[in-house]
Amino acid sequence: MERVLANRKYIIIGFFALIGFFFLVRLFYVQILVDKYILSANNNVLRYMTQYPARGLIFDRFGKLLVYNEAAYDLMVIPRQVKKPDTAALCELIGIDKQEFIRRLEKARNYSPYRPSIFEAQITRENYGYLEEKLFRFPGFFVQLRTLRKYTYSVAAHTLGYIGEAGPDLIAKNSYYKSGDYIGISGIEKSYEEVLRGKKGMKIRVFDVLNRDKGSFREGKYDTTSVAGIDLFSSMDADLQLYGEQLMTNKKGSIVAIEPSTGEILCIVSSPSYDPNLLVGNIRKKNYTLLLQDTVFNPLFNRALMASYPPGSTFKLVDALIGQQEGVLTPETRYSCPGGFPIGNGKVVACHAHPSPLDLAGGIQISCNTYFCRVFKSIMDNKSYVNTRAAFEHWRKLALSFGFGKKLGIDIPNELNGNIPTAAYYDKYHGKNRWRAMTIISLGIGQGEIGITPVQLANLACLIANKGWFYTPHIIRAIGRKDSLNQAFMTKKIVSVDASYFDVVIEGMANVVTAGTARGAQIDSITVCGKTGTAQNPHGKNHSIFIAFAPRENPRIAISVVCENAGFGATWAAPIASLMIEKYLKRKVTRKDLEERMINGNLINGKVPGNEREQRDILQD
Amino acid sequence: MRENRGIFYRIDWVLVGIYLALVIAGWLNIYAAVYDESHHHIFDLSQKYGKQMIFILAAFLLALGTLIIDPKFFSQFSYFIYGFFLFFLILVIFSGREISGSKGWFAIGGFGIQPAEFAKMATCLALAKYLSALDVDIRKFSNLVIASLIILAPTLIVFLQHDTGSAIVFFALVLVLYRAGLSGYVPLTIIILPALAILSLLVPKLLLTGCLLVMALIALFFIKRRLKNILIIILVFLASTGFVFSVDYGVNHILEKHQRDRIYVLVGQEIDLKGAGYNVNQSLIAIGSGRFFGKGFLQGTQTKYNFVPEQSTDFIFCTIGEEQGFLGSSLLVILYVFLFIRIILSAEKQRSRFARFYGYGVASVLFFHFAINIGMTLGLLPVIGIPLPFVSYGGSSLWAFTLLLFIFIRQDSYRHELI
Repeated sequence: MERVLANRKYIIIGFFALIGFFFLVRLFYVQILVDKYILSANNNVLRYMTQYPARGLIFDRFGKLLVYNEAAYDLMVIPRQVKKPDTAALCELIGIDKQEFIRRLEKARNYSPYRPSIFEAQITRENYGYLEEKLFRFPGFFVQLRTLRKYTYSVAAHTLGYIGEAGPDLIAKNSYYKSGDYIGISGIEKSYEEVLRGKKGMKIRVFDVLNRDKGSFREGKYDTTSVAGIDLFSSMDADLQLYGEQLMTNKKGSIVAIEPSTGEILCIVSSPSYDPNLLVGNIRKKNYTLLLQDTVFNPLFNRALMASYPPGSTFKLVDALIGQQEGVLTPETRYSCPGGFPIGNGKVVACHAHPSPLDLAGGIQISCNTYFCRVFKSIMDNKSYVNTRAAFEHWRKLALSFGFGKKLGIDIPNELNGNIPTAAYYDKYHGKNRWRAMTIISLGIGQGEIGITPVQLANLACLIANKGWFYTPHIIRAIGRKDSLNQAFMTKKIVSVDASYFDVVIEGMANVVTAGTARGAQIDSITVCGKTGTAQNPHGKNHSIFIAFAPRENPRIAISVVCENAGFGATWAAPIASLMIEKYLKRKVTRKDLEERMINGNLINGKVPGNEREQRDILQD
Repeated sequence: MRENRGIFYRIDWVLVGIYLALVIAGWLNIYAAVYDESHHHIFDLSQKYGKQMIFILAAFLLALGTLIIDPKFFSQFSYFIYGFFLFFLILVIFSGREISGSKGWFAIGGFGIQPAEFAKMATCLALAKYLSALDVDIRKFSNLVIASLIILAPTLIVFLQHDTGSAIVFFALVLVLYRAGLSGYVPLTIIILPALAILSLLVPKLLLTGCLLVMALIALFFIKRRLKNILIIILVFLASTGFVFSVDYGVNHILEKHQRDRIYVLVGQEIDLKGAGYNVNQSLIAIGSGRFFGKGFLQGTQTKYNFVPEQSTDFIFCTIGEEQGFLGSSLLVILYVFLFIRIILSAEKQRSRFARFYGYGVASVLFFHFAINIGMTLGLLPVIGIPLPFVSYGGSSLWAFTLLLFIFIRQDSYRHELI
């Protein structure tokens, strides 16, 4: 019997060995086969702290600082370390109520009781100073330095753009961005985002179970330093921009000014506008919503790039150039004007009273509708082509070479194509071979389906000033300290019209200002060449348009001005353009009466002067 | 003197060697577990590792003392020793100090002494003494009752101290009864019942009952179909089904909340990683992040930055797992299993029945601690706070385990003296 019982040792030893073996298997599984524990261990102790680089600055063409960074402070909280806080006092400091306080703390706790979350974002420096003195009373709270964008002059909101935190969609698409990162959302901030943002750095630090900082991980071996963003040198003239915005007070419209020899944009005004400092930091969301809801003024809408107008009489310059290029028009071609141009069915394109007949320069100077209807008709009826359609196709090709009908490709986002209608469009609309010159005659005076953006209009003035070429307009002329401009902006675009055909057009434009439709645009000692336009539109009163360049001999500025629903081009757009040219070339405006009249003119329907200002005041509140 | 020197030639140096290895490993890992750069000296007496060093030195003296005492002392005085510690077990309920929820500590100076640790050794002695009597046969009902009472008395008292973990340890001694001739069904039942309880929490009860029914039918098919056998199978089936359905009640109404939570954590019904599941999760992270070679001594981040609570005592195995990796921790497991097997084999060689049964008692108690402790840190068993023998921090447990082991080594050495 004892022998039998002694054999029970094998069962017991076997049991011990089995459990031991079982543990070895489990250890092998946990330590060798499964990866998640090593990750969890790292998550427990390592904190990856992003080092945010300073965003690049933006300067104007004379080196004035336009956009810079200002320190802002995120109030952070580590819920576990919050000790029965004097809730009321802290609430008062950051201006929230108790429910909100509890809600935020709960949200942070749900994220992690041990790790910091943002409690209040982007506290300004002024408010921070006040908070800092008292923060020691609230354990678990601390501040983290961030930066806010600041705009020195409160101008050019559409052009400069704004930044905001990268949203979840973008983070999913672009791995560079993490939650809490800023990204350019519009304007230069968007188009030059990759240059401005710099390079983020990373510091890895070790924290213990109570979230105490235990120093850097492996003596900082894996840390990377941040690299500041690159500064941008804009071609914008901040003074001119500011002056333009003043002139456009209480008007809907835009001003675009370009240096013809380089394509550098001197200013882009879109009115109504807003103060770019409104879309900064923690007030951005609230203000953005208010701006977006303002359907009367549409302040967020960048008219200079995103509005497409019929160019009206300014397009007669294009007729003049294409007509000569096509060989159907010479400077000496004379057409008489009986006060209008009959287009059949008893309809007439009306013209105002003026001496008749006129040559080409005279036609431009007086802006004779009849003259340019005839020019356009002769282009379409050109016997060199098999039919109207073929002539039209060629006309369209030449028009596109002026930069119309498609984006110029400027370095500000959301530019519109504009529209030069296609033959296919007319085929569809009128039927194939069922349209002739007279069907589309309104194109000849810049009306009808044609749509051109203010920046394309300014570019038209530019290419005439240059006699047949232009650089793609651009707002940034140097990235960083070196002259490192995008190649796309250093390639001459040639217009398909010979340089020799421009002289008569320029002559006509000079006469427009000295003795033609825009005598109000004259400036002492500067020869301004311009052309008025009055664009009919279905939405109300005609748009007042003026394009110009000056001085005639050595053009330094080309400009387009559009005042929506303001009537004749000569009434508002021409004087404003003239004041802008004077401001830019002379740096000083002497015609104070005109200036005052322009600034105080209120062209916004049904609105009394000062309304827009009030609107801004509400926003800033 | 001659005789005393002689015994050092006869003691089992392998057992002593394993003991020393475990004790030193424990000390180093306690140092790693509570390591703090401001107190980096391993002999710093204000720190746990410094204190453990004192405990170890005292344990060596105890071991030495045990080796020079006449081995017959333990067999002759075993009942007295048993009674002595039972008395203290009861006394501690009334005058003891409460440490982490259990009222089982005497405060002596700055140290706490836990009589329950020593009671295991005393119970082993008493049980061995009783079973070694020539007229005792465990298969006799009256003998079985008395043997069971020897085990259950301290179990009950320790349970009353709210030290459930230590109380459960006494059940390990059923292996001694098994070796003495108790039916194998008893230890089997003790192993199967908790497993069935866990299963009934994991698997739908009707499914489990169905499985039991199928097993009963299969059993009926294979056995000799005598009335007695059939009745037994039916009874076992009914009892286990009843047990399955009473587990919920037991868990919800008899266990205390923290015990209930630990059970739910184990079966995965409770995955509150910040609450009841925190320990086990952090323990697994520590061990799992050690990979094959470990992070190196004092390099464990879980260990160094205190993510695992109770790391120097009940969760000391995490330190080894994290810093020594699979290599170190599996070596430790093998070392333990080797220790248990060596004790069992050695016990079988004993000529005295007392020494043999005592040896079995030693192996059972040490094994039970090992299995529960490592099973817990590996997330295989609910959290039951009992130390890892010789390795965990603590004076009482180290001394009690030292006495437990060295009394056996002394008995073993005496085997040769009898020749």
